[in-house]
Amino acid sequence: MKKPSTKGRSMCGIVGLHLKEAALHRRLGELLTPMLLAMSERGPDSAGIAIYGDRALDGSLKWSLRASAGEIPWDDVGARLGRELDTIVQMRGVADAAVVTLDGDPKLVMKTLSEWFPDVTVVSFGHSVEVFKDVGRPAEICKRYGIAERTGFQGLGHTRMATESAVTTEHSHPFAAGADLCLVHNGSFSNYASVRRRLSDAGITFQTDNDSEVAARFLAYEIEHGADLGEALESLMNRLDGFYTLLVATESQFAVVRDSFACKPAVIAETDEYVAMASEYHALATLPGIDKAQVVEPMPREIHLWSR
Amino acid sequence: MVTLNCDELSTREVNSLLHRLPVGSAVTITNPRGRHNLAVGLSNALEVTIDGNAGYFIGGLCSGPNLTVNGFVGWSVGENLMSGSVRVNGNASESAGASARGGEIYVSGDASSRAGISLKGGTLVVAGDVGHMSGFMAQAGVMLIGGDARDALGDSLYEAVIYVAGAIDSLGSDAVVEDLEDSDVHLVKELISRSGFDHISPEDVTRVASARRLYNFEALSGVAY
Repeated sequence: MKKPSTKGRSMCGIVGLHLKEAALHRRLGELLTPMLLAMSERGPDSAGIAIYGDRALDGSLKWSLRASAGEIPWDDVGARLGRELDTIVQMRGVADAAVVTLDGDPKLVMKTLSEWFPDVTVVSFGHSVEVFKDVGRPAEICKRYGIAERTGFQGLGHTRMATESAVTTEHSHPFAAGADLCLVHNGSFSNYASVRRRLSDAGITFQTDNDSEVAARFLAYEIEHGADLGEALESLMNRLDGFYTLLVATESQFAVVRDSFACKPAVIAETDEYVAMASEYHALATLPGIDKAQVVEPMPREIHLWSR
Repeated sequence: MVTLNCDELSTREVNSLLHRLPVGSAVTITNPRGRHNLAVGLSNALEVTIDGNAGYFIGGLCSGPNLTVNGFVGWSVGENLMSGSVRVNGNASESAGASARGGEIYVSGDASSRAGISLKGGTLVVAGDVGHMSGFMAQAGVMLIGGDARDALGDSLYEAVIYVAGAIDSLGSDAVVEDLEDSDVHLVKELISRSGFDHISPEDVTRVASARRLYNFEALSGVAY
């Protein structure tokens, strides 16, 4: 049988859950996992999850790392970082990924990592966020990283059907840029190369040639220069052309926006306990109290934003 | 009364069971949980109720059944409907009634963008508001909107006619407001009676139709380039 063509079908699935009710924090992963799995058909080639959980102790940052050449002895990486940066390091390795918590200047941490472990890439860093992503079926990825057992106050997920760039772990979502900022995207940007050049000229470095990474770094750049997330999204809508439903989170905010044509789907459900977002409603159908939730479809260029 | 429970049946099983039911059967589909493609392509005159929120393409391609959804629906409800009816007791997402060639689609809440896109003879009645680009390239048929219409209503309209009870944010290219005639009022009254959306006042709707300026290329337009 001929394999159905996926050309021109920029699907991808996105999900997000922002928990207002603290009693639900312990169930974040349990609630988010079926949401992501429901979106498997929209993006069977890769998947990723950002979990915003316990804040690292004062001054410390959590770093999500990935060994691009496969599993490595993470404890050795932790020990080396501790020695070079003269600090206490907490290391939690899961297969080819790890989360390391330490107190140190981010630039110095990145420099040390690239000097000693050139095969280790930084997936995200921040006070709260941890990011896990890989190529493969979403169900396998969730299982490998134990997403269903994770606690936290908000999470994002993405299932990818690649159109703009290669299918690799680095090219999958969420894209993290700056401390605690994560973005997931369904759609495609058309003028990202010129926006990327401008950002490069301003000293921003990119890990991939992916269009969504440009959007993430654009937002991080705007926020670093004084914008709040709402203002940064407003600038993004004026600067980046293309089709998009974006879900963006920081340590304190959770936002959804669609382009002016609103060709990419999105539904948002809100109750007293949570705000949930997904590409399609059936990804929300497993949430508690969804029957009583207010379900809305965001209008074009309308920024929906929640703060905690 | 037949009940088909989506928790126990795949979408393919639900649809194939529906296809086999004798004309006149009443059937309820339970626990849809946003599932796509329910009750599509049916040509037998059934009375189908979907109890809960449903997904994309609900009731599409049908020629015969009367379908009621007690909940909201995703994209393209009643897409390419041939005859019969789809009644949504809730909101509809984008492209409600896309390319419907016949039949009637009633939405008791709002419909999102591109409602009635490329309508080809069907009837779409929305009690509430519709989103941007509604009625885009609609070729034949009627739309009645009980609330407001967002931007670019009726862009590139052909011969379909749109009636709007509320405000219109903006008209699309080649769409114009025309005078309401007795025949329009009569038709709107008929649609109100069939839909039950009696908050609409038939004498106060706005009639939007094609100015037909995009029908032909002007031979001299090339000079402008």
